[in-house]
Amino acid sequence: MNAPRKEMSVSPKEARDGVAGITVRQLGMRFRFGASELVALEDVNLCVPEQEFCCIVGPSGCGKTTLLRILGGLERPTSGEVQLAIHDPERPLTAMVFQEQSIFPWMTVEENIGYGLRMRGVAPNLRRPLVSHYIEKVGLARFAKAYPHQLSGGMKQRASVARAFATDPQILLMDEPFASVDEQTRALLQEELLRVWEANRKTVVYITHSIDEALVLGDRVLVMSARPGRLKAEIEVPLARPRSVYELKSTPAFAELVARVWGPLRQEVLASFHTLAVAS
Amino acid sequence: MTVKLQSTRPSRGIRGGFLEGVAAERVVSITSPVLLLLLWEALGRAGALDERFFPTPSAIASTFAQVISSGELIGHAWTSLKRIAIGFVIGAVPALLLGTLMGLSRMLRAALKPMVGVFYPIPKSAIFPLLLLIFGIGEASKYAIVAIGVFFLVLLNTMAGVLSIEPVYLDVGKNFGAGRLSLFTTVAFPGALPLIFTGLRLAWGNALILIVVAEIIGARSGIGAFIWNAWQTFQVERMYVGLVMISFIGYASFLAIDELQRLLIPWKGGRTG
Repeated sequence: MNAPRKEMSVSPKEARDGVAGITVRQLGMRFRFGASELVALEDVNLCVPEQEFCCIVGPSGCGKTTLLRILGGLERPTSGEVQLAIHDPERPLTAMVFQEQSIFPWMTVEENIGYGLRMRGVAPNLRRPLVSHYIEKVGLARFAKAYPHQLSGGMKQRASVARAFATDPQILLMDEPFASVDEQTRALLQEELLRVWEANRKTVVYITHSIDEALVLGDRVLVMSARPGRLKAEIEVPLARPRSVYELKSTPAFAELVARVWGPLRQEVLASFHTLAVAS
Repeated sequence: MTVKLQSTRPSRGIRGGFLEGVAAERVVSITSPVLLLLLWEALGRAGALDERFFPTPSAIASTFAQVISSGELIGHAWTSLKRIAIGFVIGAVPALLLGTLMGLSRMLRAALKPMVGVFYPIPKSAIFPLLLLIFGIGEASKYAIVAIGVFFLVLLNTMAGVLSIEPVYLDVGKNFGAGRLSLFTTVAFPGALPLIFTGLRLAWGNALILIVVAEIIGARSGIGAFIWNAWQTFQVERMYVGLVMISFIGYASFLAIDELQRLLIPWKGGRTG
């Protein structure tokens, strides 16, 4: 089912050696509201190598989510181009984990997790082992037949992470998936995500507003500017894997990285404060 | 200083009283209508109520038993139910399809909403003479009026149901590769189901009203005709019997709809009719 993706002006390209997982060139996105126009993204250039866990931080309203939605084929950019390398036409290009509660209330946990597979026409008997594998991995085995209203917020997000992994996408797009869960649960979910990811290292683009989270998870952190969104800085995260969320945060190396991300980010947060003040 | 915390509920309601919470409610719900009937009976026998207009419950009951055992009432009720059911299906099925499509497509909504807006407010009973003209005095005109009444309520509620779906669910569908048909069957329709049921309930109530009106105006069978016939022959008890029967049909069918809703929307958890 690649049909809807093709018309979204994202051009999938056969992977060759040296072709990046994601290449974004001079991407621009404008929204028109009646007479006024909002420039969400301007001249965004981005290259995410295969198997990289790439985190993007930026002030609120900088267009992070818009960028991710373009990569996921949900928005059509107004200018520029996006190339996603295809390795295996049998597998979906992207799978997205959304910020808000996005697992379907009308499906059980296992139906939700199998949804992507079902949409790709995978037969039920082939779906079942994959679904139960991921249900197991995110610790929801006991809730396979439960409906989402019986789950906590953290459990719902685990289910939506499992749904994305279950389709075995080439690129995983995550939009602040753990923003709405409490601190302790978030740390557990991050560790769990790292565990699942380290098993097969997909290319990941992960949006967050938390510097800690970006550093704990990512191989590289990109800082986006206040609106219009541009990529402003890039920080490599040379921390060894596998990582342990709690131990990592107390190391001096981590503190130093936080400072290096916060430097460029601080100016942008201040700038976005300013525009908000002017706007209101 | 200490403060003694007390339950806001009087303790007698929890223990010590002769009945507890839910059971007490149930007893009150059953006894209050019985008391009203007894009062009615007493007033009737005492001659305080004009028997020509308000026959006693016992008189109505004996007439009821009589027309039930003769099979007359069951026949009329069955005829009405059949008309409602057929008209309901004819009206609801296209309304469900079109309503879902209107919820999904802005263009379709723009094209059809003004027309729906113009036709919806017309009292459906006002169209019945026209329907008699078009479909004749037979069954078709009854199906038609029920179908029309059902159609608009189901259409508007289905559309509202689809529009009320969080956009993120449609995004999930698209991102996971759902085509147009799959988006319809796995997201739009199930997501709209709670409001669709609201529409079906309203439509069923409306169908009951319309069929009685239609049968009073132009039919020889059915509950409406039964009541009208009783009026023409001034058999007041039979009029009441007709009303009781309609009330019973309505009550039973709403219970059935609630049960169906619980079966079809198990994910709405903790909601009781």
